[in-house]
Amino acid sequence: MKLVRDTWLVYQRQLLLMARSPVWIAVGLLQPLCYLLLFAPLLTSALAASGAHSTSDAYRIYVPGLLSALALMGGLFTGFTLLGELHAGVIERSRVTPVSRVALLLGRALRETTALLIQSVLIAVLAIPFGLTVGLADLLLAMALLALMALMASSVSYGLALLVPTDAALGPVVNTIAQPLALLSGTLLPIALAPVWLRTAASWNPCYWAVEGMRALFAGHLDAPEVWRGLLLTALLTAVAVAWSARLFAQRIR
Amino acid sequence: MIVTKGLRKSFRPRRGAAAVDAVRGIDLSVAEGEIYGLLGPNGAGKTTTLRMLATLLVPDGGAATVAGADLRAAPGEVRRRIGYVAQGGGTTDQATAREELVLQARMYGVRKAEAVRRAEQGLAAFDLAEFGDRVCKTYSGGQRRRLDLALGVVHRPRVLFLDEPTVGLDPRSRSQVWAEVRRLREQGMTVLLTTHYLDEADALCDRIGIVDNGGIVTEGTPEELKQKISGDSVTIGLPDPAATTGAERALAELPCVQRLEALPGEDGLRLHVDSAATAIPQLLRTLAAVGIEPEHVQLQRPSLDDVFLALTGRALAHSS
Repeated sequence: MKLVRDTWLVYQRQLLLMARSPVWIAVGLLQPLCYLLLFAPLLTSALAASGAHSTSDAYRIYVPGLLSALALMGGLFTGFTLLGELHAGVIERSRVTPVSRVALLLGRALRETTALLIQSVLIAVLAIPFGLTVGLADLLLAMALLALMALMASSVSYGLALLVPTDAALGPVVNTIAQPLALLSGTLLPIALAPVWLRTAASWNPCYWAVEGMRALFAGHLDAPEVWRGLLLTALLTAVAVAWSARLFAQRIR
Repeated sequence: MIVTKGLRKSFRPRRGAAAVDAVRGIDLSVAEGEIYGLLGPNGAGKTTTLRMLATLLVPDGGAATVAGADLRAAPGEVRRRIGYVAQGGGTTDQATAREELVLQARMYGVRKAEAVRRAEQGLAAFDLAEFGDRVCKTYSGGQRRRLDLALGVVHRPRVLFLDEPTVGLDPRSRSQVWAEVRRLREQGMTVLLTTHYLDEADALCDRIGIVDNGGIVTEGTPEELKQKISGDSVTIGLPDPAATTGAERALAELPCVQRLEALPGEDGLRLHVDSAATAIPQLLRTLAAVGIEPEHVQLQRPSLDDVFLALTGRALAHSS
């Protein structure tokens, strides 16, 4: 009960701060919009091999990848906001209160998740006039999967920020993790296009299964095995990531 | 209200490096309603001591009771009973003072309506009402510090820890912060603060512990500490080197003179005496008897700086 209350307290504060600096929304939307408008049209012909015969097909393959990349990347880089708060003494001020340590993590990770969901919904809706078609149930489930990915990535990022608590060091660490993770999950182009060895490597990347699930949902295959496999695996990983990060919070931010 | 016994803490600067003792065993006893100051240079172990007592660091050894709760067995209970204001504060630029106060009270488990009421009281008490709804980044250093204090006591703790409460403040804001701290003491709060300002320790604290090298070198009221060393010092200006040598020979014999030395770079002497009031007439009489006419006589009451110098062999102002 205390955990829920404290998480709500932290989450509310984080939302308030987010609403006060709307720059992130503009920046966060602009980049994916550029990809949507300037890059996706190229894909109709490029993706012909994986069965895209129209712009609509191309978007169906591309948009879920873009959203997944957004959730993973956005989440993984959110540790920097925690560094800012650590330097400003905000975290230390919370630490001397009896507030739940896990709530300090969850409230922040859920803020990040909320931000990414708002972005994702906007992008999905904006893609509709360009020919994306997606069912409501599929979209809702896709958003649930995205939320899990964002929660997982931001928990990992907060954990890393506690382990590597300087701006200069955290950047390279996050990049080193994020780049292969994103490439090996086929966020930009489906891994199906890749040679066998790359596909084998990707199958060891749990994020690959999440992205596959996303693509199945946007293709309208609600009952495809990729969907529940992706959801289950991501849920499991999210639980592990949150537990790991929460433990670090409890240890380092006693 | 605060009792510590042999509190210790060491750090490893890097993994595998030799441990550095930050605090080598601090024994403290602070009574209820007292303002106790830990005075010492940067790196002496003041902040580490404070952070251990505020549950932010786990001590390596020793024991402590804070506001009746055992620090090592029940840090959660200590947390509920204390307030802590860090050296750099801890306010969010984009939040208002009122929002910060409400959140802080709620993090201590206070209900929403009550938290709103306490925020209102905090704004009024610390002279923040006028800009309580502006975001913190617009505040001056003094305003921010008063908000830090208001945040530190919004849950009405019995003990308040202040880490360097007036670092970087202009003189007016400083005396305002001092006034707020005295006001809290009058309400019965116990305050433990750290400072490397002698005037702050002198003006604000009921008792002072002088910290150097991870331990308390000595403690007492500011007056006691000043009496502990040297008594007073008297400077006598003389017309020429010959008079200085003559005066040195004549005055060294006097029983009231503890020690004396020539002034560097000018003609004259600096003497340490038990009490300047009784010594000065004797000094003048002795000089008149050997025919030396002093140009001026100056009396200096000892400062805490002298105490620090006498105890550690280093001047506080230069060691930071």
